Amino acid sequence: MELPALSLADVQARLRAKEVSPAEVLRALDARIGQVDPQIHGYLSRDLDAALACAEKADVSLPLGGVPIAIKDVINVNGEPCTAASKILQGYRANYDATVIRKLRAAGAIPFGRCNLDEFAMGSSTENSAFGHTRNPWDTSRIPGGSSGGSAAVVAANEAFAALGSDTGGSIRQPAALCGIVGLKPTYGRVSRFGLIAFASSLDQIGPFTKTVRDAALVLNAIAGRDPQDSTSLDEPVPDHTALLGRDLHGVRLGMPREYFIEGLDPQVDAAVRAAVKHYESLGAEIVEVSLPNTEHAVGVYYIIATAEASANLARFDGVRYGHRAADATGLLDHYGRTREEGFGPEVKRRIILGTYVLSSGYYDAFYLRAQKVRTLIRRDFSEAFEKVDAIICPTSPEVAFKAGDRSDDPLKMYLADIFTIATNLAGIPGLSIPCGFAEVDGRKLPIGLQLLGKPFQESQLLQIAHAYEQSTDWHKARPALV
Amino acid sequence: MSAKFDVRYTAQLARLHLSEEEIAKFQTQISQILAYVEKLEQVDVTGIEPTAHANAIFNVFREDTPRDWFTAEEALSNAPRSANQLFIVPKVIE
Repeated sequence: MELPALSLADVQARLRAKEVSPAEVLRALDARIGQVDPQIHGYLSRDLDAALACAEKADVSLPLGGVPIAIKDVINVNGEPCTAASKILQGYRANYDATVIRKLRAAGAIPFGRCNLDEFAMGSSTENSAFGHTRNPWDTSRIPGGSSGGSAAVVAANEAFAALGSDTGGSIRQPAALCGIVGLKPTYGRVSRFGLIAFASSLDQIGPFTKTVRDAALVLNAIAGRDPQDSTSLDEPVPDHTALLGRDLHGVRLGMPREYFIEGLDPQVDAAVRAAVKHYESLGAEIVEVSLPNTEHAVGVYYIIATAEASANLARFDGVRYGHRAADATGLLDHYGRTREEGFGPEVKRRIILGTYVLSSGYYDAFYLRAQKVRTLIRRDFSEAFEKVDAIICPTSPEVAFKAGDRSDDPLKMYLADIFTIATNLAGIPGLSIPCGFAEVDGRKLPIGLQLLGKPFQESQLLQIAHAYEQSTDWHKARPALV
Repeated sequence: MSAKFDVRYTAQLARLHLSEEEIAKFQTQISQILAYVEKLEQVDVTGIEPTAHANAIFNVFREDTPRDWFTAEEALSNAPRSANQLFIVPKVIE
């Protein structure tokens, strides 16, 4: 097998055994990117020389020793650009490492390559990037999902062994599902966001994209833990997330939420997820029907809370300390107004305005406060369900990858793509997506994702449940046929 | 409620200039989104506390001790305009 096609664990084993050097791995990956990325556009930039300098010093005896990891272009890596796929940050260069990068380096990994995304992580298709959209490796006329579409596509196309993304309303799980790989959103507070460009601070969480469940556990081991520089990160002990992998599922109870198997769910997605549920039964898990009655309100709550927080977070882009600055402003208001007009793309502007509106005087109670109360009900739904079950099993996305351009001018329709992933962030619980089959559309095979949602800080058990399915099926071995 | 949504006024609050074309488009699109989120009015939230954060943690304190971080040069390295170790801002007071 060619080096870039290996899993993270396999390439690390070869590095550790000194069968291959970190520099050789990097050069092989760089060649693969050069070969296939013109079709995918998963990367916005990469700095081979900087990575090779890290490779020289890499300690291959560390858990991720010598392994290159791709980074969503919204996480700061010292000396590299960090554009958030926005013109407002074109030319910006980070002069510090985000905590997750510092931790990856401490585990021996080499950050390599900056992944494309929807501008400021706002979107579900990666079409909102100011620097061109990413294509789905399974069918390049289709979108890879979003907002971390670049991170998902490069892992699926064997242009990365693993990638980091961020998930505010599904931005790791939905693109992982649409690209046929593993994507994990940890519990809110599990991973530090210091150095992540903030979108919606009460929802954002960083997590891995990988080819296997074991690889996701390995990356989570490296990045998890309390960080004094992110006061929302929690002081929970970090277990070895690989410890439960391989244990059987006897006694494990999985809940099927009836609100997630609804009209509008693609019949091929419905069939694949139901087959996965049957498979879990054959593995010894007990399946229980559960109800999350406030599911239908999640998208509405999300688009109030997330845009409100975004409108505040994005106020920092004022053309003074970093980023784009409008030329020849006639005064302060003209300076702000035109700097932001020229720097932000349409979806970001739309969300800033929506968020500003729901926080504005006279509307705060009706929109923002009410949304926060409904958020309480959504959280309560999950706590009640988790009294009966260990994890929830459902589709990641109601559909497979759609055609590029299909809904770029219908924001509300685009928002509904996140209908099954958003509630997780509102509740703060962990969730992951694993491949569970393919749909046949116009003669093409398109991946389907199975979503598993767990109790706070129970990522280990979630990974155990995912691993049992993965190891008894072949879906994760399929790769798109790129030249 | 969304009948009162005025994109021009809200954009002004957000310190964001918009083109006439954007104003027309956003007025329609955001009104549609607001009509959708107004479904939340039907939810009974009597006696329900709001959730601001997924984890119920409140103030987190640390000792206020100095430590090394950016030098002035590093802090200014991405500034569109700077001079004499300062950010240059537009004239604020006439």
